[in-house]
Formats: sequence, structure tokens, C-alpha cells
Amino acid sequence: MSREVMEYDVIIVGGGPSGLSTAVKLKQLNPDINVCLLEKASEIGAHILSGNVFETRALDELFPNWKELKAPVETKVTKEKFLFLGKEKSLSWPTWLLPKVQQNHKNYIISLANLCRWLGEQAENLGVEIFPGFPASEILYNEDGSVKGVATQDMGLDKDGSKKDSFEPGIELHAKVTVFAEGCRGHLGKELINKFELSNGKDPQQYGIGFKEIWEVRENNHDEGLVMHTAGWPLDKNTYGGSFVYHAKNKQIYLGYVIGLDYQNPHLSPFDEFQRFKTHPAIKKTLEGGKRISYGARALIEGGIQSLPKMYMPGALLVGCDAGTLNMPKIKGSHTAMKSGMIAAETIIEHIKENKKLSIYEEKFNNSWVYKELHEARNVKPSFSWGLILGILFTGIDQILFRGKLPFTLRHKHADHETLKMADKMPKIDYPKPDNIITFDKTSSVYLTGTNHTDNQPVHLKLKDPELPIKYTLEKFDEPAQRYCPAGVYEVQHENNLPKFVINSQNCIHCKTCDIKEPSQNITWVTPEGGGGPKYGNM
Amino acid sequence: MKILVAVKRVIDYNVQVRVKDDNSGVVTENVKMSTNPPDDNAIEEAVKIKESGKAKEIVAITVGDEKAQETVRKALAVGADRGIHVKVEGVIEPLAVSKILQKIVDKEKPDLVFMGKQAIDDDCNQTGQMLAALLNWPQATFASKIEVKDKTLEVTREVDEGLETIEVNVPAIVTCDLRLNEPRYASLPNIMKAKKKPIEQINASDLGIDTKPRIEQIKVEEPPKRKAGIKVANVEELVQKLKNEAKVI
Repeated sequence: MSREVMEYDVIIVGGGPSGLSTAVKLKQLNPDINVCLLEKASEIGAHILSGNVFETRALDELFPNWKELKAPVETKVTKEKFLFLGKEKSLSWPTWLLPKVQQNHKNYIISLANLCRWLGEQAENLGVEIFPGFPASEILYNEDGSVKGVATQDMGLDKDGSKKDSFEPGIELHAKVTVFAEGCRGHLGKELINKFELSNGKDPQQYGIGFKEIWEVRENNHDEGLVMHTAGWPLDKNTYGGSFVYHAKNKQIYLGYVIGLDYQNPHLSPFDEFQRFKTHPAIKKTLEGGKRISYGARALIEGGIQSLPKMYMPGALLVGCDAGTLNMPKIKGSHTAMKSGMIAAETIIEHIKENKKLSIYEEKFNNSWVYKELHEARNVKPSFSWGLILGILFTGIDQILFRGKLPFTLRHKHADHETLKMADKMPKIDYPKPDNIITFDKTSSVYLTGTNHTDNQPVHLKLKDPELPIKYTLEKFDEPAQRYCPAGVYEVQHENNLPKFVINSQNCIHCKTCDIKEPSQNITWVTPEGGGGPKYGNM
Repeated sequence: MKILVAVKRVIDYNVQVRVKDDNSGVVTENVKMSTNPPDDNAIEEAVKIKESGKAKEIVAITVGDEKAQETVRKALAVGADRGIHVKVEGVIEPLAVSKILQKIVDKEKPDLVFMGKQAIDDDCNQTGQMLAALLNWPQATFASKIEVKDKTLEVTREVDEGLETIEVNVPAIVTCDLRLNEPRYASLPNIMKAKKKPIEQINASDLGIDTKPRIEQIKVEEPPKRKAGIKVANVEELVQKLKNEAKVI
């Protein structure tokens, strides 16, 4: 069947910080260039979730007058704390003894979703055509193998893939250059990395899962501008992770937890670790009398420069965390994502105007401050594979004494789906029941995300082998999907005493953790019908 | 035939609505907004009637602040021909909306006015009925099926007892139920084209209508939390509890 075709100079897939910065920069450099940006969420920002303590470096370059333009970057960091948590006690680490990359006094506490909404408005004012609710579901190739563009998802298919009355076919978008800005573990980015072998010679990518809740707390528990991080309890010393607690404006606290997806115990439930973390006396006292108003989760990149794939290929570029530009020790990826998009825009302008090769993207990237930053940060995350204590000691030497200039690079040895040990060899974890005041179950949490997918559409979580979850994964790993999924999508139910694997795909909050952590890589996340997924507010 | 369709911008039905700290209303800042769902059915039905050759023009209208225009734009993307945006700031009640619509009907002279049976934000279910009264037109509310005949409409209504079929003379007001049809998706090329369709801007104050609220809202509160259920051993115990504790029988 032939689909309708629309032609553009540049197509951008994804309306997060990297895609929007690409779009803005393109229009700033050449107002006549035709730029189309596709976003799978029902509006820009609705699928954005991030801490976020924001470094303004890239924004300063993109919009030197961002304050005048009323960018939602308002709450300056005024105070910092770092706590090591034991089960009951906590030890405060002096901030002057923290590596420079973890010092935040020049930064701002923001909602990245709101910043993206603002960037979207700026982009539209510059003439970028933004289409929310239209996921790019398919990559189109030219005969010579180069990327030709993307196709949008067909709308109005039923469970079996037949057309409903409301069927609306997807369309083809062709462009001189297509920019993939889907964020961490983008499903088209994944296809490109495989097809063009962009990860050859690189370490396997490393991921984490990040949770975030927004709380409205009592006035006397609120300290606007305070940024606090913790390490330690409730995670064991072999599991990489930690929390953030940011006191934003309007008596709100952005509270979250990040756990490395290279964890080994299949009984571990990242969601329950996060819930349990909130019961620590040092945290609970802040939340008491408050109210949880938002919840969400999203996978993030942790691999750094060792795992960063080649970011160009014929006809296309990867930007932001679709490639993996997050700076892990800094716990920040927004400024690097934005900058990578801006560099991509410069590349595209020179490519179209002067016929330069897209490979100049790499040179420009390697000469930028993003590369320098990521290079200095490279040894921190791998050192934590030796455990928390050695990781901290090494990081102190690497980051404080040598400022990231040690003459060697530690490697990431395993992909995250390879790290799980057999369920019968690992201790079961007894998580406390939610109290519905400080801690909650998955169902009531998912409710807060506003996620929804139209009924009666094809399941967007594909199993390569539908038998595998019960036949293999359940027996060997006690089917960890039940626990790593932050939205309760996967369940093992029992019918007539026989286990059955159930996928509640309508609950999906598009975090991509299943696509990353499934031990046999049996689950593939593809785009559901446009507009589906969470409806995050100021996340 | 010309059809005027009224659409309203409301908080998206998937969003968990939150009451403001000071109980003055609900939080709308950075909350996803959409077209009121049954208004989508109203637009869809109008487009279907036009596609069947029985209507010539569809005009979409909204009453609300600057951003309310998005709902008209969406209506244009799925088949309305042009739009009208009556600008009003702040709270606006069904009576004021009906009076505004009356003025627009006087000017546009449509044969039919469609709208959703009620809006999911205030659930008033009044605008269509009030407009019918103001215009002295027949009304068919809660329509789940509409058949256009010569100068009349046969409308099947969703009523408490089941379905009721009535015939109304045109011109008429029809308020639409969710069962009426399945709204189509706006295609990307049609969204592009909709950007070029005209939307007429009118200030409510220029229509000479007093839009001041007639109702004083004292406070907005969350409904009380539901108590956990209990299990009863047998029917006798259930009956006894319903009688003595719940006092419902």
C-alpha cells in the first residue's frame, strides 16, 4: 500500500531537550530550512521525566536571553547535602569534599517537562512544525542503504492488527537528514545502532532506572533551593544507585531514586527499593504531613563515553541519550543532550549548504565541552562495579585528585541483561507492605501517571518467543519483569495451577526497562498508537 | 444544511485531577488539556453528515481563553470548514455560553447546532438545553444515533430506561452521547491544512453579554476517601449489616 509522503529538509524524532535544541538551532542558523519534529506523547513534555538539577551552559548558548524569554528555570540551588544512609542512621558528607562535578551551587532546580514545553514554544515561534501524538514507528531507507526518513504509526488498528472504522494510515516523511532524539533506548535508535554497527569497538551500554515522585510538603519541612543526594541504604553494597531530594518552588519536593540496571539479584524490585527508601527517618520526616502528587519512571543512560556509539550514519544522526550523552557522576544529561543537538544542527547546516559529510558531527562533538566533560567522568561508573566502598574511594582519587585525568579508562564488561544471577542462588527480599501514606503500591502509583493506551490496539510490547517467560525466565530468574517494571505491566498469573504470563500493556509508562533488562532480550518495546502513554505534568 | 458544532477545552480525561491547596478550584497549570470527549463525537457526526452530502458547511465554535482555540483547530483538522473563537477570560457558566451561542446562531443561521451532552469538567449538562430554550428550537439530548431526513431529524436518545427515538424539526439542537460514533484521528497532512483554515476571533464583551458567574463557588474539596470493604459470612449477615449499619434497606 502506498502511503502519503511529505518532504522536509530535516525530520527530528522526539521532542525532548536534544530534539528541541536541534530544531531551535537549525532555525536560528537558517530560518528558511524546513524542520518537522515528531513526538509520541499527546503534547510536548508529557513523556519527559527528570530530576532535575539543571546546568544552564547549553541553554546559555542557545538562548543567551532565556531569562527575558521567561524560561521556566527559576529555583536556584541554595544549599547542598550528601548523606550516606545506614538502616536507621545517616552520615552527612561535607560538600566541599565532594568532587567538583557533584557541586551544584550554580545550577537550578527545574521541571524538565516544563522546560521542554517552553523550548517547544520557542521552536514553534521560529517556524518548526511540531506534531505531538505522532510516533515515528518505522525507519525508511534509500536504495543505497542510507536513511531516507521515517513513517508514522498507523492509527486505528485493533488487537489483531485489522483496521477499525477510525483507521488512519501512517504517512512517510522524507528528509535530507533525519535526527533521532528518542531518549534513552529509543526503539528506532536501537535499530540504527544495530544496522549500522554503530557500537562496534565500544563497551556495552549501561542503563539505570530512575523513579520520581513529586510531593507537596508542609511549609516547615520545605527549604526551597535545597539539593540533597543519598547513597547506601536500602541498596546492598553491590548495587549501584542513590536518591535525589530537590526542594523546588510551591512547597514541592522532587524526590527520586536511580538504580543501575546491572543489578544481579533477580528478586530485587527497583520500585520497592524506592518506596522503602522513603521510610528512612532522614527522609520520612520531610514527607510527613505531605501529599504525593505525581509518580513516574524512566530508564536512563549510564555508560558514558566508553559506551557512546558512533552518532552519525548515512542520512541520519543520533542526538542526546538516543546515543547516550548523559554525564553519570554529574547526574545530569539535559545540558549535554541539548548541546549534542545544537552540534547536530550545525553539522546539518554545513552538510546541506556546503555538502560536507555528516561525519563532521563526530569531530565537532569531540572538540566540544560535552566530550571533555564525558571524558573526565568516564571512570566513575565502572569503578562502582567493585562495590560502593571501593567505588567511592576510587572516585575520590579520580575526581578530586586527578580531576578525571588518570591515564587509563575502566571498561564496562557486561550488558545489563547479562548480569542477573539465578533466582535460587540469590536471597529473596522481603519488602514491607505499603502504608498508603509514605509508601504506595504500583497500582495507585501508575494511576498518578495518567497513562492510558486506547483499548483494542496491538500490544506494543512484543515477545520474540511467547513461551520463554514461563518456560525459561520464570524458572531461572523467577520472571524478574514482574519486579523491574515500574508500572505493573508484567504479571505471572495462575490459571488452573498453571502459570500464565500476562502483559497489561495499557499500563506502560514508556520507561523501556523491559527492553533493556530482560535476560534473553525477549521483550521489544515498539511505539503504541500516538498520544498513548503517561501524561506527566511538571515532571 | 449548515451545522454549528460547539467544543470545549477541558482537562484531559486521563489526568488525575488535583484540588488546589487553598480549595479555590483544581490545578490546571501544566496539566494536559483536550477537547471534551463527547464534543469529539459531535464533530465526528457533523463530518459524517457532510460526507454523506447532507450538509454543506461545518463551523466549529469554542468559548474560552486564548488556548481554547486549540480545540477549534483540532475540529478543523478532522473536517470542520472554519472556526469561531469567542474569547472570555476566567470562569464562564453554561448560561453565559448559551447566550453567546444564541448570538452566534443569530449571525450564522445554522440549521443544526451540535455539542457534547455535557462537559467532563463541571458535568453541568445544561448548555444545549438552555440554548434550545433561548432560541425556542427543538432539542434532542443524549443522541446515540442521528438520521437526517427531509427537514427533520430522527434521533435515538440514551435515556435511563433504555433508548428513545424521537423526531425533531430542523432547526434543532442535538447534544451527543459517547455512543454516537467513534471519532476519527486527525491525520498529519490534515493538521497541516487545518493551520491554514480561518478562525474568526470575537470578544465576548463585544457581543454585549454579561458573562459574570451567577453562582458563587465557596470551596472545592476532594471526595472523602472510601473506607475499606468488609467480608460477610452469609446473606443474613449482609442483610443485617445493610439494615442496621449502612441503613440502606
